[in-house]
Amino acid sequence: MNVQRDLKKLSPGSDAARDSRAAAQDLARRAAAEGLVDVAVATMDSPIGELTVAVTPRGLVTVAFEGEDRDVLFERLARELSPRVMEATAPTDEARRELEQYFGGDRRRFEITVDRSLIGPFAQKVLQATSEVGYGELATYGDIAGRIDRPKAARAVGSALGSNPIPIVIPCHRIVGAGGKLTGYAGGLPRKETLLRLEGSLLER
Amino acid sequence: MSDTHRSGAGRHSIPPFQTFLELNRAPVYRFLVVAVGPQDADDVFQETFVAALKAYRRLTDGAKLDRWILTIASRKAIDHHRGAARRAVPSEDLPETATTDRGPLDADDPLWRAVRSLPPRQRVAVVLRHVLDRSYADIAELMASSEPTARANVHQGTKRLRELMT
Repeated sequence: MNVQRDLKKLSPGSDAARDSRAAAQDLARRAAAEGLVDVAVATMDSPIGELTVAVTPRGLVTVAFEGEDRDVLFERLARELSPRVMEATAPTDEARRELEQYFGGDRRRFEITVDRSLIGPFAQKVLQATSEVGYGELATYGDIAGRIDRPKAARAVGSALGSNPIPIVIPCHRIVGAGGKLTGYAGGLPRKETLLRLEGSLLER
Repeated sequence: MSDTHRSGAGRHSIPPFQTFLELNRAPVYRFLVVAVGPQDADDVFQETFVAALKAYRRLTDGAKLDRWILTIASRKAIDHHRGAARRAVPSEDLPETATTDRGPLDADDPLWRAVRSLPPRQRVAVVLRHVLDRSYADIAELMASSEPTARANVHQGTKRLRELMT
């Protein structure tokens, strides 16, 4: 009898790969319910491509666009927040629901709490001022610089907006160049255009 | 909580739990299917990774996490058999088995019957050796025993399987 060969046959690697995937999903549900997940990550479809949302017990901590590297995102969350980063849907339900309502035209303001852990001190001020720009409105980089009492810091405002970890919900897409010109967006200009069209701030070309 | 996982010089950073889970779920499951039986593999899998999650924020070094999770799984497998033995109502009608899982559809497969008859530590050592191809040094470390003990467990378990199968 070849014990080694026969024992391996009792538990084929292909079965283990399949069964362990289902078990890992059960684990994610249970871990989230027991409060063992510090950063819950889930994806959703949207008109601007698949979005990845991450939620901590303090709130929505990031929204990432399709095309961002998943491993880089997970490692950043692990390094900067907690290594207990897991794919788990339930903790992200509220964030995904509000985003779906927004894209469906049924929501003009987000109510979900945001977790500002990934936002530096200067960006806090910039993004706070940005959050006050309402649905369908636009402001310029200079406007935001003025509102945070740094009228000469338009460029720094631009870079703080570029690092916004919670796009869409913190509406950096509503900030445009002088004269209303669409300039840079971390998610790419086509996405910025789509969001502004959705909000009715851009006329169809 | 942001300081607990910063890696110092020479240490491996702690990977996101999701990455760790994806890398280790299949070998852990494969181990448990034979170590505790297909019926209970799922439960012990959950216990193993819940224990890992509870300890995960306290980890300071991300190296050798594959061994770390197998250490937990081995301990959970042995605890599972001890717990099952305590829960079982002794009866002269029951066949004398060291472990209590019911096994898969082909529960009457002689090899499964033989595996189930092994004492828990022998069973775990045999599975680490023959299903996961772990070295004796690894098995000793995983099971918190000496290397001669690990060897003895594997050899006695394997010998017993051969005897029962012939």
